[in-house]
Amino acid sequence: MVDVSASVDVALAEAVFRQESSTVLGALMRQYGDLDLAEDGYQEACLDAWQQWPRSGLPDNPGAWLLTVARRRVVDRVRREGRRAERERAAPISMEPVEGAPPRDDFLDDQLLLLFMCCHPALSEESRIALTLRSVAGLTTAEIARGFLVPEPTMAQRLVRAKRKIAATKIPFDISVREVPDRMASVCHVIYLVFNEGYASSDADVFLRTELCDEAIVLARLLVRLMPEDVDASGLLALMLFHDSRRMSRVGAQGELITLEEQDRGRWDQATIAEADQLVTSALTSGPLGSYKLQAAIAAVHAHATTYEATDWAEILVLYDLLLTVDDSPAARLGRVVAVSMVHGSQAGVDALDALDPDTGGLAYRWHAVRAQLLEQVGQTNEAAAEYREAIALAQSTAEADFLRRRAHRPTT
Amino acid sequence: MRYLLLIASNPEANGTMTEAQQIQMHAEYTEFTDKLVASGEMVDGAPLAGIETATTVRVRNGKRTSTDGPFAETKEVLAGYYLVEVPDLDRAIELAAMIPDARTGGVEVRPVVSM
Repeated sequence: MVDVSASVDVALAEAVFRQESSTVLGALMRQYGDLDLAEDGYQEACLDAWQQWPRSGLPDNPGAWLLTVARRRVVDRVRREGRRAERERAAPISMEPVEGAPPRDDFLDDQLLLLFMCCHPALSEESRIALTLRSVAGLTTAEIARGFLVPEPTMAQRLVRAKRKIAATKIPFDISVREVPDRMASVCHVIYLVFNEGYASSDADVFLRTELCDEAIVLARLLVRLMPEDVDASGLLALMLFHDSRRMSRVGAQGELITLEEQDRGRWDQATIAEADQLVTSALTSGPLGSYKLQAAIAAVHAHATTYEATDWAEILVLYDLLLTVDDSPAARLGRVVAVSMVHGSQAGVDALDALDPDTGGLAYRWHAVRAQLLEQVGQTNEAAAEYREAIALAQSTAEADFLRRRAHRPTT
Repeated sequence: MRYLLLIASNPEANGTMTEAQQIQMHAEYTEFTDKLVASGEMVDGAPLAGIETATTVRVRNGKRTSTDGPFAETKEVLAGYYLVEVPDLDRAIELAAMIPDARTGGVEVRPVVSM
């Protein structure tokens, strides 16, 4: 590790490298159109910064500094490898330092185009996640590997394969306006997958996993900044912030899962809720209904209820009915069942649940868990116990299974 | 860049088409092909004879075997191809989506490596 003096400490430099990653890579992609080349150039620029910043201090505009050096490194490499003619785009390579971003009349920001490219539908879902975290969020391969609990070489391979596919199939950096809606959907999906990966697995390495939630929120903030009019982007950010506001209350001292019903609502982060509120309010008053926006609206109702029972379940049921018109997913249907049971009683909940297929969408565990609870409430104790056993067998994490065991064995009132 | 658009048709869906629907589909293919030729993106393309005509050739230890049938038995059948010259994958995907069989079968998009 390079010796770094007190003026620029390691954490600060790393934060700068991470923060500037998508801007610098976006600008390099615009000029050279080659992700491998752009990443290598940026990496070398970061190494240079490691060596120079401790002596010279942090530059006034670290992003511009890194971009200038990265450009120089790319040019060096292209010349060295004699690939200049084929790599260079129409624009001549400028060796002059650039201050800030050059003016452009393109309709989309280079950072956004980089995000769009990383989330191209021709790439596998796991490749999209890995590329987005690497190139846009600026995480190291090791960090991504830890986040997804896979060995580092596996993650490195995944990134190499993804970049190879981009190069071999010529996935473009620029996209046509027609492609934007589809690509936005993919970007939102990828960001939400990253968030859920961190949020749904509270059984091990809690802190590493919450890092993924943080990264997803950073990415969504970037997306909202780049596409301020897009209701899906702001809906997604609001939804994740609402979930994230309960971070401190949803895992107990022993790492056990605490459901919404049992959480200490006093520990919900009110500042985060306030930010999410603002987003969801402006999203609800503009644009078409979207899945993320409606899920955020549901989360908002929960966020403002003083207790589980005092929640405005009728409002939630209305929102779920709306949600099903735009996103008829197994998760939404299950959520609606819970709302039905709170509004119309447990038996109505059981009836609504039995109308659903338990095996769709990988939610069999939750289907049986909800059924167990509802059967318990209508007094069918033996059937409830059987459903609990079924749910425990299907649980995806030890925290989920432990939670269900506690539920199954608690005295019924 | 050149891409091969491999058309996998769904015999089940195509088998239930009425004569009018078959004529309609044929017209759509003609229209699509004309459009490709007019835009200058068409390099080559043809329908393939039925799967019952397929022979798969393999050479193992210097010995040639020819077997009746395609590479792999799948529900979808390789029915034809277009070779197109377009700027990037997005355009290739856009064209692939215009191929009538994409609605019931699928179209595999593969870059052609120039040698």
